[in-house]
Amino acid sequence: MEAEITSLIIGMTVLTFFTRFASAIILRRVNVSEKWNALMTYVPIAVFTTIIVPALLTPREKLDVSIQNEYLIAGLISLLFAYKTKNLVGTVIIGIAVILFLRFAFGL
Amino acid sequence: MKNLELPSEFRDGLKAIAPLSLGVTSFAVAYGLLARKAGLSLLSLTLMSLLVFAGAAQFVAISLLISGSSLLLILFTTFVVNSRYFLMGASLGPYTRKWGTKWQVLLSFLLSDESYAMTISHFTKNVPNKHYQLGVSLGLYVEWFVFTVIGGLMGSFLGDPQTFGLDFALPATFMVLLLPMIRGWRHATACILTGILSIAGFLFLPPKWYIPIATVLGTTIGGMLELWKRK
Repeated sequence: MEAEITSLIIGMTVLTFFTRFASAIILRRVNVSEKWNALMTYVPIAVFTTIIVPALLTPREKLDVSIQNEYLIAGLISLLFAYKTKNLVGTVIIGIAVILFLRFAFGL
Repeated sequence: MKNLELPSEFRDGLKAIAPLSLGVTSFAVAYGLLARKAGLSLLSLTLMSLLVFAGAAQFVAISLLISGSSLLLILFTTFVVNSRYFLMGASLGPYTRKWGTKWQVLLSFLLSDESYAMTISHFTKNVPNKHYQLGVSLGLYVEWFVFTVIGGLMGSFLGDPQTFGLDFALPATFMVLLLPMIRGWRHATACILTGILSIAGFLFLPPKWYIPIATVLGTTIGGMLELWKRK
């Protein structure tokens, strides 16, 4: 077990660093154009949408698009709040409060 | 002692992560708990946080370990999960390459979803600064390390953060950070299509494959919309 964990940690360390460093190195030799910069504005959008949407729609590792899904309800309320206020801490706290309320009130 | 003072941008970076803390710390505690449950020693789970420093990948690795997956499959899956860093590195590349190899190695090692979100939105509004990115990244690194250890030490004393809805904190954090990045209908279209693709990928692809596929396709859709604009 311990030997396996050690190899796992070493392997993950190398692979993770590679994914973080590879494109930085490649791009040193390439001149980036304005087009490239326009394309790159889509990277954070794609990355964060890919984190957010499954987190809200597939809690417990199953697709759940219904009012039984407290993460979806909380997500929609938080989205509205975030749009109106742009307040990070407030959005997070309101979302968690909604989840806890729905669980407590309806036993979701 | 003037030269020992930290650059003000570094301190700005440190301060900027305060609002992210609820999401990051609860995720770190959840990882520590899960790793202990999987039978990792406190030393191993801490080393993983210090060396790998990739929350989502660490979480996936531990879950696979519990389900008895082979080492090779775990490594491959963490690579799939982490492949989004290729794109993040590419979008930060034009800034970081001006700062030299040492800085690129350091900032690459410390790159995370959260530091990327803070850095890229700061860089689009201000003059890009390496000390700012270092402040954000290092602050998150220390936070991740400390709360990983707390999660590992607390073990079963603390309940599962999921019970308290704390696993909602991170996606909500990213939502607030994402909103101002969506400027115009092209960005909005790319966002909506990426969301649909990520769910389609979740349903029809092997576990976690939706992450690289949806991010690459989402960015490609953006590129196509931009080309269309130029015509």
